[in-house]
Formats: sequence, structure tokens, C-alpha cells
Amino acid sequence: MPDRPEMTAADIDELGRELDQIRAQVTASLGEDDARYIRRIICVQRLLEVGGRATMFASRRPPAWLAGTTMLAFAKILENMEIGHNVMHGQWDWMGDPTIHSTTWEWDAVSPSDQWRQAHNYRHHTYTNVLGKDRDIGFGILRMTPAQRWNPAYLGQPLYNLVLAATFEWGVAIFDTEIDRAVNGEKTWQETFTHLGAMLRKGGRQALKDYLVFPLLAGPAFLPVLLGNLAANVVRNLWAHTIIFCGHFPDGVETFTPEQVERETRGEWYLRQLLGSANIEGSPLFHILSGNLSHQIEHHLFPDLPSNRYAEIAPQVRALCERFGLPYTTGSLPTQTANVWARVLRLALPGQAAAPAIPAPRRPERRVSAAHRRVRAQYQLAKYQLGY
Amino acid sequence: MTARATPRWLASGAASLLTTPLRADDFLELVNPLWSRRQLWGRVEAVRRETPDVATLTIRPGRGWREHRPGQYVGTAVRVAGVWRHRPYSVSSAPGRPDGCFQITVKAARDGRVSRRLVFEAAPGTAIRLDSPAGEFVLPEEVPERVLFLTAGSGITPVMSMLRHLALRDAMPDVVLLHSARTPEDVIFGAELRALAGRFPRLRLHECHTRPARGTVDPDRARSQRLAGLLAVCPDWSRRSTWACGPSGLLAEVETLWSEAGVADRLRVERFHPAVASPAVPGPGGSGGGGGASVHFTRSGRRVATDGATPLLHAGESAGVLMPSGCRMGICRGCVARLGAGRVRDLRTGVEHGEAGELVQTCVSAAAGDVDIDL
Ligand SMILES: Cc1cc2nc3c(=O)[nH]c(=O)nc-3n(C[C@H](O)[C@H](O)[C@H](O)COP(=O)(O)OP(=O)(O)OC[C@H]3O[C@@H](n4cnc5c(N)ncnc54)[C@H](O)[C@@H]3O)c2cc1C
Ligand code: FES
Repeated sequence: MPDRPEMTAADIDELGRELDQIRAQVTASLGEDDARYIRRIICVQRLLEVGGRATMFASRRPPAWLAGTTMLAFAKILENMEIGHNVMHGQWDWMGDPTIHSTTWEWDAVSPSDQWRQAHNYRHHTYTNVLGKDRDIGFGILRMTPAQRWNPAYLGQPLYNLVLAATFEWGVAIFDTEIDRAVNGEKTWQETFTHLGAMLRKGGRQALKDYLVFPLLAGPAFLPVLLGNLAANVVRNLWAHTIIFCGHFPDGVETFTPEQVERETRGEWYLRQLLGSANIEGSPLFHILSGNLSHQIEHHLFPDLPSNRYAEIAPQVRALCERFGLPYTTGSLPTQTANVWARVLRLALPGQAAAPAIPAPRRPERRVSAAHRRVRAQYQLAKYQLGY
Repeated sequence: MTARATPRWLASGAASLLTTPLRADDFLELVNPLWSRRQLWGRVEAVRRETPDVATLTIRPGRGWREHRPGQYVGTAVRVAGVWRHRPYSVSSAPGRPDGCFQITVKAARDGRVSRRLVFEAAPGTAIRLDSPAGEFVLPEEVPERVLFLTAGSGITPVMSMLRHLALRDAMPDVVLLHSARTPEDVIFGAELRALAGRFPRLRLHECHTRPARGTVDPDRARSQRLAGLLAVCPDWSRRSTWACGPSGLLAEVETLWSEAGVADRLRVERFHPAVASPAVPGPGGSGGGGGASVHFTRSGRRVATDGATPLLHAGESAGVLMPSGCRMGICRGCVARLGAGRVRDLRTGVEHGEAGELVQTCVSAAAGDVDIDL
């Protein structure tokens, strides 16, 4: 388990202050360049989508099919990763643009935006890597950490993961309706059915468009267009699944127990985000296609800062990690993907079940001082401001 | 009607099947914002300098524009440093221009974020968002026999629209225009006003140039004296239908005079800034006027710390909440939002009020303690 020097409460507070400062610097310097960036990405995305679908009408010729499908796949990847995910985090709300806003964006995926925001922004980003609370750990079907108790159903998990990867948008959508929470009595069935209905309506429209309307419009090219759209959706699913799994499950990333996050200070919250995420190295284009989730660490520290700024603050965050002796988990896409799949295979089998007890970050005896209460109040406020 | 309406409905239904989860407008706006159906846009066609710090912008409105009535304003949103900022501007042109455009005339305020951008940086091609024209500071259909326009500085803009309208219809009633500006060169539309007065004998123009003499006296006294002097030019002022537009101080004085004379019903005023009770001007990030409070925008899930002087509208906008707004000064109710909990203070009167469920005007209300706003 974590092979790093223990931090004192004072160190953790200092870390929190440093990170707050990075955040303040970025927020203060947002301006026209950032706004232009997201508008351009959106413009490119829509051109790719229109271009891809138009090209596919000629898809009885294989090169046109390939070109159209590729363009559409890129369009869907851009839309989900660099645009939809980030807009829905409120990263661009500061522009006051009603068409690029967390409360109005509807993304090109099956899960309706409001359900996804609740499940992702709130649950996953608040309880990142907390066992039993962060439902993203294994998405309810995979054993991703030895701390999850093994049962024979996990034997099939390499296969489940493959199926999940190919159908990721549907997996996420079903997951976001939180049926498991209804089963556990944490949510009413009525609410769950409402969510399910909304999801099926949206998913139905998405499927109608990709698998019926556009193929019909293509007339004789019905089948190639249908297959092209299917291929684009699957490619997007595989990509999203890969990026997301590389963000939280490679070796080196830590998980936490609910007890550890009780009475967490702002500094401790930052620390958990740092330790619970991993970056992926790559070119600028790769970062954009990953929705800058390749800067998963920076994203988890500052989920509502515009994604185009993560690259610039990454060296500062890394330097802080060095200063405090903290790991900064990162690796190339092939390395991290192989690493995650190795873990899926390894944990399909029993054993390693005796998870080493996870030592809590050392907490010196606390005296609840007025200053401490103030920090906690600020932290609560900050959590709300971040939209959790 | 229906014969046309049905295919259009069908067409938009079919289009949305192709664009879901986006709308056709999401694509159209990229090509030409003026084609948008869901948002009224305008494109700056020309910029003309009126004085060193005033410019007139000719704007071509997009789909869904409704012609203004002379004296009305339009809500605009302009992008400044990446952020859409909303400000109302009076239309200064007459309705019914053959080119379908309209004009606004903007004075660059000191440190003004939007006005400086419009005056010094807007160029042909700049796209802005628009609301439909609004406001009750208008000429009635039946124009009164005798009219008094009392304006100062950029307050001439709505009145200019009325004068141009009357001139175009060649139906100038008996009009007295009393206008104040710092110097003759600072009179916006100076040449045109003088030419109009030359053309229509029934239009009497009286300019008052107010540049303070060196070592001047108390500005309030100077203003009172000026107003008295102006009204001396028009002894029958209390019998005229009056439209007044200018700085808050002047308007307050005019309102007092008219109500003392018992003719408040003949007076219509247009304010460009809310008359704030106390504290004076809610600066950015505001200070003074009550302790800190936390405003929770419940639907957006955002919490903002504010003080007792910052309008809820500004607090929300600075936190990236999509806040509806119109005049931004307490007249149009375009900004109302439901109060979830807590109480607010009306910045114009200083009065605290509010109960859960009440609709409050966010542009002139500040938080009096912690509040929940349903936005
Ligand atoms: C109905 C209506 C019609 C209007 N028509 C016009 C028009 O035709 N032409 C025009 O130029 N403007 C008009 N305005 C004013 C305009 O909407 C803006 O308020 C103005 O341009 C300043 O905006 P800004 O973003 O540049 O300044 P901001 O950045 O918002 O504010 C900074 C500037 O505003 C000044 N300011 C802020 N509050 C007040 C206040 N309460 N009293 C006095 N000054 C204040 C500050 O001194 C500073 O100079 C109108 C306003 C209304 C409500
Ligand atoms: S915006 Fe007009 S009343 Fe508030």
C-alpha cells in the first residue's frame, strides 16, 4: 500500500492552500482566449458531425464509408469528452452563454444530462474512490480493488468489462438510473422509474436517429450507413471506457474507506483527489480527444476549471507532489490500459482478498478551534460552489 | 395559416430527429446567428462616432425581431473578455427603417465594461444577443398637442427616436426640447437637433452647457439653478406632457417639482441606472451595507457569498448562473425569480421583505441574510 511519507495535518493544510492558490490564479485569468477555445472545439465538432454524416451517404464506396465513419467517431468522441463532460461540470458557466452551460447542455449519449450530472458530478466527484460510496468503482459489476470481497460472479469479469467497453454509453445510462440504490432502499422506486423512462426516451431518440432516420435518408446506402453509425458509436464507447478506466484504476491509485473521509478538511479532500486519480501522457491532440481527462488528477482537484487550462497547471501540481513526497501517477495510454486490464484479470480470481488495511492519513489529536470551524465552513461552501 | 403552419411544424419535427439531442439552431447559429429561432441576434452593420466618447451602432436584427415603439429600449448581451454581459440601450433611430436595421447610441462610461466595448471595439460584423424592444417610456399613438422633452447627456437617445419619428411623419406638435450637456461639442446628435429645429418652427430647442466653471460651487445647487433656468425658458411646463431622461439626480429633482405642482401624471421618466437608497453605488464585488450573506441558487446548485449591497442579479451572474434580466434597474420585472427561503432588501427603498415562494426582482434586491433563490 501507499509507500509515501505520512503527512501532518499542517502539511495537508498547506497543500490545500497551495492548490487553492492555483485555482484562484486560473479563475482570475479566464478570458476571451478560453472562450474562443471552446467555441472553436464546438465548431470543429459540428463540422465533423455534418461532414461525417454527409460523406456516409456515399458509403456504398468503401473509402467514403471509412472516411465518414471516422469523422463521425471523432465527432462523437469530441462531443462526449472535451465538450459534453466538461460543459456539464460547469467548466464554461462563467461565460454566461446559455447555449454552453451546465444547466442546458444535452450530450450525444444515452444518459440524460441531468441524471448523469447527479451521478457523476455529485457522487463520483464528492466520494472519489471511497469504497461503498463511489459507485464508479467497478460500476457495480467489476471488482477493481482487492478491498471488494470476491464472489464467483467476478470470474466472468474480463468478459463483462469487454461488453461494458463496447456498450459503454448504455452501461453508463443504466448505471445513472441508480437501480441498485432503489434496491437498497436509498431511493424510491417511483423516482427510479421516472429516471428509467427519461433514459429510455432519450436513448430511443438517439437510436432512432443513428439506426433508422439517417440510414433511411441514405436510401440504397441504408445498411452501410447503419453500420457506420454503429461503428462510430462503438469506437466512441471503447475510447471513453479506456480513458475513464485509466483515470482511476491503474496501480498506484489509492482507495479509501468511508471512515477516512468523515470530517475531511479541504486539504484532505484535495489529497484524496490527488491520490485517487491517474494521468495519461500524450500529445496535445490526444489530450483534447480524451477531454483532458488525461489530466485526471488536475480534473479531480478542480473539476469546474476549464479543461484547456489543465495542461498549464499540471507542472505546478506535479511540483507540489514532489515537494510533499506524494505520488503523481501517470503513464502512457498503452501502459495504463495494459495495467488496468491486468488488474481486471487478476481480481477476477479470489485471493488477494485480504486487503491490507488502509492506513488513514495520520491525524494528530484535533482540538476544534474557531479557526478550524471556519476552515470547515469554507470547505462546505466551496463544495457547494463546485456544484457537488 | 394552418396550411402553412402544419408543414413548418412537421419540418421542425423532422429536423430535430436529425439533430437530436441538439437543435437545428445549434448548427444554423454557427453559419449565421441571425437565422436562429430560439435566440434573437443582431449584427453590427456600421459604427458612427457622435462625440469622442459616444458612438451610434446600426444593428441588423435577426429572426423574431419586433419593431420598437419610439422611446423603447432593447436588452442586449455583448461578449466582453469571454463573458456575455447584459445591458439595456434605448433605440435612437425611428421605427420603420427601410433597411430593417435599428440604432442604439452608447456613451462610454468611465470603467464601463460594456459601453466601452461597444463604443471603442465594436465593428461591422460583431454579433450581439438581443431581447425584443420593451419599456413604457413611449409616445402614445395619439401624440399630445404640447410636449416637453427634458434630457441630459446620453438621456437624449430615447427622445431622439421620438423626434425622428415625428419628423418622418411630418407631424411635429408643439415641442420644447430642453437638453443639457457639458459643452456644445458634447451634445449628442447636436447638428441633427439644430437642423430639426430649423426645419420645424414648432420644435424649440434650448441647449444648456454645464461645464462647471473653475472653482465651482456645490454641484447639487448648480443643478437646481440650472433646472430653474431651463424651466424659465418654458413657462408652461406644467401644462405639457413631459418626457424626462438623464442622470438620477436630475430626474429626482424633476419628479419632486412635478409632484409639488400637482402634475406628476403628465411626467414620464426613464432612468438608465437604478436610484439606489443606500449605500450609493453597488460596486463590483460591492462593499458596505450590511454583513455577508450566502445566496444559494438551488436549481444550479451554486452558492455565492455576497454582501447586503450587491444585487442578487450580479451575484448570480458572477457565479455563472444563467440569470434572466431586462432593464436591470427595477422596472420591467424581466429578472424575477422565486425566493426559496430567507429575506431580501429592496435596494431602492432599503425595505426588507420576502417570504418563501415570493417572486423578487433580482436586479434591485440584495440578500438580507442567507437566501435560497429558485434558479
Ligand atoms: C432603460 C435603459 C436605457 C438605457 N439606454 C442607454 C443609452 O441609450 N445609451 C447609453 O449609453 N446607456 C444607456 N443605458 C445605460 C446602459 O444600460 C449601461 O448601464 C451603461 O452603458 C453602463 O454600462 P457598462 O457596462 O459600460 O458599465 P458597468 O461596467 O456596468 O459600470 C461601470 C460604470 O457604470 C457607472 N454606474 C454604475 N452604476 C451607476 C449608477 N447607479 N449611477 C450612475 N452610474 C453608474 C459607473 O460609474 C461606471 O462608470 C440605459 C439603461 C437603461 C436601464
Ligand atoms: S431586470 Fe427589469 S426589473 Fe429587474
